[in-house]
Amino acid sequence: MNLEFNESRRKFVITTAAVSGGMSFGFALPSGDVFAQVQKGADLTQPEVNAWVVIKPDDTVVIRIARSEMGQGTLTGLAQMVAEELECDWSKVTTEQPTPGQNLARKRIWRDMSTGGSRGIRGSHEYVRQGGAAARQMLIAAAAQEWNVPAAECSAANSVITHAASGRKTTYGKVAAVAARMEPPKDVQLKAPKDWKLIGKGVARLDTKEKVNGSRIYGTDLNLPGMLNASIKACPVFGGKLVSFDEAKVSGMPGVKHVLKVGDNAVVVVADTWWRANKALNALPIIWDNGPNANVNSAMIAERNKAGLDATEAFIGNKVGDASAAIAAAPKKIEAVYSYPFQNHATMEPMNATALWSADKCEVWCPTQNGDAALSAASTAAGLPLDKCDVYKINLGGGFGRRGASDYIRQVVSIAKQLPGTPVKLIWSREEDMLQGAYHPVTQCKLTAGIDAQGNVSGLNMRISGQSILATVIPTLLVNGADLLTFQGLLPVGHERFGDHAISYAFDNLTIDHAMRNTHVPPGFWRGVNANQNAIYMECFVDEIAHASNQDALALRQKLMAKNPKGWAVLKAAADQGGWGKPTPKGTGRGLAAYYCFGAYIAACAEVSVSATGKLTVKRIVAATDSGHAVNPKQIAHQVEGSFVYGLGALLHQECTVKDGRIEQDNFTTYQPLRLSEMPKIETIVMPSGGFWGGVGEPTIAVAAPAVLNAIFNATGKRIRNLPIKNADLKA
Amino acid sequence: MAKLNVNGKTIDVAVEPDTPLLWALREQGGLTGTKFGCGVAQCGACTVHVDGVPVRSCVMPVGAVKPTQKIVTIEGLSKDSTHAIQKAWIAMDVPQCGYCQSGMIMAAAALLKKKPKPTDADIDSAMTNICRCGTYQQVRNAIHMAAGNVGRKA
Repeated sequence: MNLEFNESRRKFVITTAAVSGGMSFGFALPSGDVFAQVQKGADLTQPEVNAWVVIKPDDTVVIRIARSEMGQGTLTGLAQMVAEELECDWSKVTTEQPTPGQNLARKRIWRDMSTGGSRGIRGSHEYVRQGGAAARQMLIAAAAQEWNVPAAECSAANSVITHAASGRKTTYGKVAAVAARMEPPKDVQLKAPKDWKLIGKGVARLDTKEKVNGSRIYGTDLNLPGMLNASIKACPVFGGKLVSFDEAKVSGMPGVKHVLKVGDNAVVVVADTWWRANKALNALPIIWDNGPNANVNSAMIAERNKAGLDATEAFIGNKVGDASAAIAAAPKKIEAVYSYPFQNHATMEPMNATALWSADKCEVWCPTQNGDAALSAASTAAGLPLDKCDVYKINLGGGFGRRGASDYIRQVVSIAKQLPGTPVKLIWSREEDMLQGAYHPVTQCKLTAGIDAQGNVSGLNMRISGQSILATVIPTLLVNGADLLTFQGLLPVGHERFGDHAISYAFDNLTIDHAMRNTHVPPGFWRGVNANQNAIYMECFVDEIAHASNQDALALRQKLMAKNPKGWAVLKAAADQGGWGKPTPKGTGRGLAAYYCFGAYIAACAEVSVSATGKLTVKRIVAATDSGHAVNPKQIAHQVEGSFVYGLGALLHQECTVKDGRIEQDNFTTYQPLRLSEMPKIETIVMPSGGFWGGVGEPTIAVAAPAVLNAIFNATGKRIRNLPIKNADLKA
Repeated sequence: MAKLNVNGKTIDVAVEPDTPLLWALREQGGLTGTKFGCGVAQCGACTVHVDGVPVRSCVMPVGAVKPTQKIVTIEGLSKDSTHAIQKAWIAMDVPQCGYCQSGMIMAAAALLKKKPKPTDADIDSAMTNICRCGTYQQVRNAIHMAAGNVGRKA
């Protein structure tokens, strides 16, 4: 997912706040409810206590949320953080999302809007709490002024301010207008964690009710007056171009209004309804120039990555001592090669966006994880200055990193620009979504270990060969050509830039390096990012070392984690509850994995069974998480469960293969997510040790695959090193 | 022009007969609670009830639906989200992004109607909808809760 450190590359904008009026959502909804239905930015007409907090006269508390809600619960978690310090009545809390334009008009008062890298809470905990605390102080000061008593004699709880000495009470709603005119406090004290009442509580999400009755509006549901609908096809071979299309063949089909070129590689049909647009698009004869990659296939990419495993040149990620010498001198040596495929995010809601362009203004309504980048993309595609554009963030039907990219936003603006004054909604078909992804990078890894007579790892070489995400997506973040994010969860402890992705184990002699082998298939941030394959490589190979040296896999990890007490604590908790070390029936096995990434310690103990015919059942997984502080343990448990669903789908079924330069899997028929019937029982142990703020949405996915792979080995003696498992033969 | 009986009302939809029910509901009926996910009956985001039976509306042509057949969408499942499934969904905080949840809820409601006390195996076979956020464990728990299945830790 987007790791939001590309500040210097962003363009910023000052623009107006309001959505242009007159939207309606089909006749089923009264038009008066429109603005309530769609996030349209912050309502800046209301007097605010400060940028984060608006209190209405009826005591309603409006908390402003800068990050995008895509299911991960950040909306509720961030509101809890503000409300904790605000001391407001939680039952009266509502939220709203400022637009990127509003943010910039106010000198980035809401700071970063990008939502990725599991940074929603850990990246903003301090300033959002300060926003709540400052607002509380101003509300108290307003009451104290009215009562002519020192503010220090007043206290606030549950949206009620009390002056104990005189017994006077008032509510936030009554003093909010005065508070809005107070000077912001210079000294804002945050509560000690021991005094938290709302942080750490598994309160219900703020956005559930409208998700159970169909009233929640997503980008695909937008309906502006006079709006047309569009379905698009880009050249299925990445890097290819559009040559021509035969418009006459479809221009007479029902509802078809326009057939247009989009950029240099795509064609779109615009019609009155999306179904008619898509039907005509599928009937449209199109000629592509498939370009220089028309012959590339998966085997060629794999061969190139394989060659990289032994290349002399590679970027160093972590080096301690002399691993090669130590391995050469070791009495025992083991080696293994692993591989990880391309995978599509496959969000449930396909990519989509709606735009309205005129010569002096461009507005975009879209689900995005990165409002700032979306605004920049809209401006560029619109050919209008940033201050003539704005982006209204709509609820995301899943993100997982895919909606950090702005390709679909550039497309819709390009279409709208060809139809001035007409709003256009672009929805990708599932096929387009599958073929035009920003894929999980493809890599291989060779690991070589030397094991001494006492069973200690005397040296470890780990060569990763394959794609870099940053080289394609944010090349300015390469360091002397190296993509340090490739080494997620493998970097030195205390690493200056990526200390939140440090290695869990201490080795006396270690080299981890990366032979970068980029492909024409575009990579992207995919939930868990590079921690996914890195954790498989490291955690499965540690299991191999344990087996080769006849050691218990937990005991070996305990030795390697001697300097990592928090990592060991979560692993021990998962192993204990998971029954590690207890006997299992034939065909059943357990596996462990532990990792540190996105600033959180996680571990899992998986239990699987494999039948004689090779049918795999993942029965139970115990997962432990230490994210430092645990803002909403209930939502953490849901994120942990979801991480296993996403991670196990990837492990069991998912790969995107390349033939003739294009991705072969074009729908859920050939790209199977995990289904409910395959869902193991997940037991989540939330064990916050305090003192730091770790991520939640992504870390756990790292342990999903290696814990299960190690359990399969434990059950069957079969070591699967190439994913997904569907390609492996597990028959006895 | 076809006539459809949706949530107790008859509506006219001006579409070609091969138009999937999903798109007639969304684009002519304005009922956007029913979602487009795959278009090939794989994901179930488009699930509605036709005469009480869960149907993947993305592959059901409007021309195959009789005006007398009763279609129920998520918007018509209950007034004020009071169906047992919806209440359990709220109590368990099931949805994450929520996009698949209309279909999930319609599939679960149809399951309960057919089997008021479903077993885990019943839930496995009836709930084939795809959720990418990964709400499955809470979906299972909430169905048991709605069914009033006792002696089971939700």
